[in-house]
Amino acid sequence: MTQDTHYNFAYLDEQTKRMIRRALLKAMAIPGYQVPFASREMPMPYGWGTGGVQVSAACLTPSDTLKVIDQGADDTTNAVSIRKFFEKTAQVATTESTRAASLIQTRHRIPEEPLREGQILVYQVPIPEPLRFLEPRETETRKMHALQDYGLMHVKLYEDIARHGNIATSYAYPVKVQGRYVMDPSPIPKFDNPKLRMAAIQLFGAGREQRIYAIPPYTDVVSLDFEDHPFEPSKANHACSLCGADHTYLDEVIVDDRGGRMFVCSDTDYCATRQATGAAPAQTATSQPQEAQP
Amino acid sequence: MQNTALTGGFENAPVQSAIAFRACLEAMARPGTLHQLDGGAAPAPCSAAAATALLTFCDAETPLFLAPSHDSPDMRDWLAFHIGASLVAPENAMFALGTWDSLQPLSRFAIGTPDYPDRSATLIIELPSLSASGARLTGPGIKEHAHLSLPSVPEFQQNAARFPLGWDALFTCGHQLAALPRSTKIEAS
Repeated sequence: MTQDTHYNFAYLDEQTKRMIRRALLKAMAIPGYQVPFASREMPMPYGWGTGGVQVSAACLTPSDTLKVIDQGADDTTNAVSIRKFFEKTAQVATTESTRAASLIQTRHRIPEEPLREGQILVYQVPIPEPLRFLEPRETETRKMHALQDYGLMHVKLYEDIARHGNIATSYAYPVKVQGRYVMDPSPIPKFDNPKLRMAAIQLFGAGREQRIYAIPPYTDVVSLDFEDHPFEPSKANHACSLCGADHTYLDEVIVDDRGGRMFVCSDTDYCATRQATGAAPAQTATSQPQEAQP
Repeated sequence: MQNTALTGGFENAPVQSAIAFRACLEAMARPGTLHQLDGGAAPAPCSAAAATALLTFCDAETPLFLAPSHDSPDMRDWLAFHIGASLVAPENAMFALGTWDSLQPLSRFAIGTPDYPDRSATLIIELPSLSASGARLTGPGIKEHAHLSLPSVPEFQQNAARFPLGWDALFTCGHQLAALPRSTKIEAS
């Protein structure tokens, strides 16, 4: 193996990796609980996925195939730079195909293609504490988790209903893991919440906040809701303008300055695969201005 | 110093520890599954899997309890050279190594606190045999149910009953590894 001798395998030193691995092991044993860890400075700014990168670095082996996505896309700045980082420091194979990847680092999406056993999904998490915007003190939120005191979260969802007529939270939608811990699934759209019960291992890394948490395969993950206002995964009410899919999460793209817009799959690999196999949009009008916006 | 103390570490630590960790992560994520774990070799009676687990997770930051079954001058020399963990009483241990009988009573090990359930021990339990049969397991990581040859059932049921508190177990036998987190529900079968 040709190895860049300037870096240890996967960048981090061995003692740091052991520390992260111990945290990951405990995170796996206590699904949804945020394990504190000694997050390191990484050669990228906080907010660019330093938590996810550290978790990936602790998990990667030379035989892994890595995929990195940012909001579903393989070709955005964040995804490209993290992929290059591991190509350089760990010499791992990289791919854009969800199916071919053994480890996928993601920012704010779960791939459309169902993941299988043996795959690992690593999330980049900005604020791991679901109660943080309701209670700023760490000492208090820690106590609330210990006592399973999650009433405040239900009040927040209720206030949504009182104000908007429905639960307006559309991303980072809180979930309860295996009936115990309320967890922030990172800012994935709530469309992705039902996929949180999956066959693959899910690991969450928050670098600035120094927390790691995990969901083992086939763990029960329930989106919080009320009997009379059940949880509803939502998406834009359109089909993809490129591949015609009506079951995927869509990005809205403004295409001109007259209010023209199109909706396309946020998962670029899924959309490209569908197009390659002959899927086409149902309607042809993609860049026609629809209703002109004032 | 005996020669055995200087050998048995990883030859290529970054790669071997990464492969070993993935086996441990998969084992902990899917209770009841068996995994190959080797690369390390410690003085007898320590198994290759247990030695590899120690090399993967332990260092000077992890107080270790060495149960009487594994506490020998050779083993202490090996730990001092390769790992550097301080050897402590069961109450203070982050990791513990021994046979099922010599680790008893298990009530001595840390189970974490309600605020920090992660501050709990991980037991590396050496078993004479390991197979995916016996006690019936359900819970996180298990699609329907799984089976694992546990050395005893009541202790693990008791441990699972106090979730999210509790210790977690790695089972080692030769080159084989299985794991049982506190989150798994256990029924005798």
